[in-house]
Amino acid sequence: MLKDFFGKKIKVINLGISSFADDLIKQGVETIHTEWRPPAGGNKKIQALLTKVSNWQSKVTSAKGAR
Amino acid sequence: MLIDIQQANASAVAAIQATQPILKGIGTAIDVVPGMKKNLVLHAGPPIKWGAMSGPLRGAVIGALIYEGLAKTPEEAEKLAASDKVEYAPWHEHDGVGPMAGVGTASMPVWILENKTNGSKTFCTLNEGLGKVLRYGAYSEEVIVRLKWIETVLAPILKAAIPLAPEINLKNMIAQALQMGDEVHNRNKAATSLLIRELAPAVVKTDFPTADKAKVLEFMHSNDHFFLNLSMPACKMMLQAAEWIEGSTIVTTMCRNGTEFGIRVAGLKDRWFTGPALIVKGLLFPGFSEEDCNPDIGDSAITETCGLGGFSMAAAPAIVKFVGGTVNDAMNFTRKMYEITDGESQAFQIPTMEFRGSPLGINLLKVCEKNILPQINTGIAHKKAGVGQVGAGLVNPPMKCFEDALEAYVEKYCKDE
Repeated sequence: MLKDFFGKKIKVINLGISSFADDLIKQGVETIHTEWRPPAGGNKKIQALLTKVSNWQSKVTSAKGAR
Repeated sequence: MLIDIQQANASAVAAIQATQPILKGIGTAIDVVPGMKKNLVLHAGPPIKWGAMSGPLRGAVIGALIYEGLAKTPEEAEKLAASDKVEYAPWHEHDGVGPMAGVGTASMPVWILENKTNGSKTFCTLNEGLGKVLRYGAYSEEVIVRLKWIETVLAPILKAAIPLAPEINLKNMIAQALQMGDEVHNRNKAATSLLIRELAPAVVKTDFPTADKAKVLEFMHSNDHFFLNLSMPACKMMLQAAEWIEGSTIVTTMCRNGTEFGIRVAGLKDRWFTGPALIVKGLLFPGFSEEDCNPDIGDSAITETCGLGGFSMAAAPAIVKFVGGTVNDAMNFTRKMYEITDGESQAFQIPTMEFRGSPLGINLLKVCEKNILPQINTGIAHKKAGVGQVGAGLVNPPMKCFEDALEAYVEKYCKDE
């Protein structure tokens, strides 16, 4: 698989730090940059609270579907 | 509890969109503001006591007590302000809003706005202009004299004029002002002009002395921020329509008292979530430095809460000359705010974005998840009472307000998940 990868035209989707995409574009590599940041800026406490909300909403959606 | 947050938020945004704030008239605070009392001082921001107040708010309280005749000197007023004879409460808990220190007391005239869809009302004092003014904490004789002129000349003439003018729908007027380069927080030039256009013929038709009527029109004309005290209660009214929708995570209040920033959320009835008010970064008037600046103050962030002000800066590129940054920054602030809002205003459209509706309905969950804070543009008060405005700039709320609100939300709705 790795063998197939080399020698082919590279197309890149870059997540997060835009300078990586900028460098590839400068080298003529077809690149799409996507803004990405870790949820809640990496704050574990907020991530845990958001997970609770998300779990609750999944239950709400299931319950509504079961009606 | 089976609550679909998306549905609850859609209801909240729809309620904001449906509100039609009409300029109903002018009254005296003691007669029209719910819960107003002779010894009650209403102020901007979340609840605060005398001991924690910053310079501009203290100065405004001193001025208001002198204006009310409750104290004769600043020293006497300060002593009274620190005693339990004076009570304090946020305007937001009395259906109103106040710019900067935002102090309102019993005898002050207030604009009365009415929601045409359900008859609810909101209130705000009349804008005093720039320079030495109560809202920046000034309390010298010229400040009190101007407040008395507002009470005895400006307010009675405008009160008589409003019924003689065509009905003024403030939502429509704000929408029009956005097409003319205002964002109705720190740029109210177009909106003030539109208001004068509606009121001036009616002012002329009143029976007051010509010299007084001329002075009223000159006063409105000389103050580009005159409309701010109408855009704010109009926004307050729209957001009040979203209070208190069970399960909704839409932010209904953002405000500051000069010490703390406070928010409230539709699904968390009456609860304040606060954090330290931050220093505003921006353009300072000549002779002032950051050392002179008071932390963020005023209820005017209600405009941002309603998708205007910093959220609609793309509609008001000229404002960067006042608050700092570039036109591109203004465009980017608005673009970014779509990431933390659930809707787009049907009424408020941004010409430079192909008339896209302004970002409306700040979603607490999106703020926390994306770690993007609401963008506010604002005036900067000197930290000492009475010096006045020292500049204008850009500021964000502290993330703590949103983190604490999220924690409370989980505690109320889904702690066992």
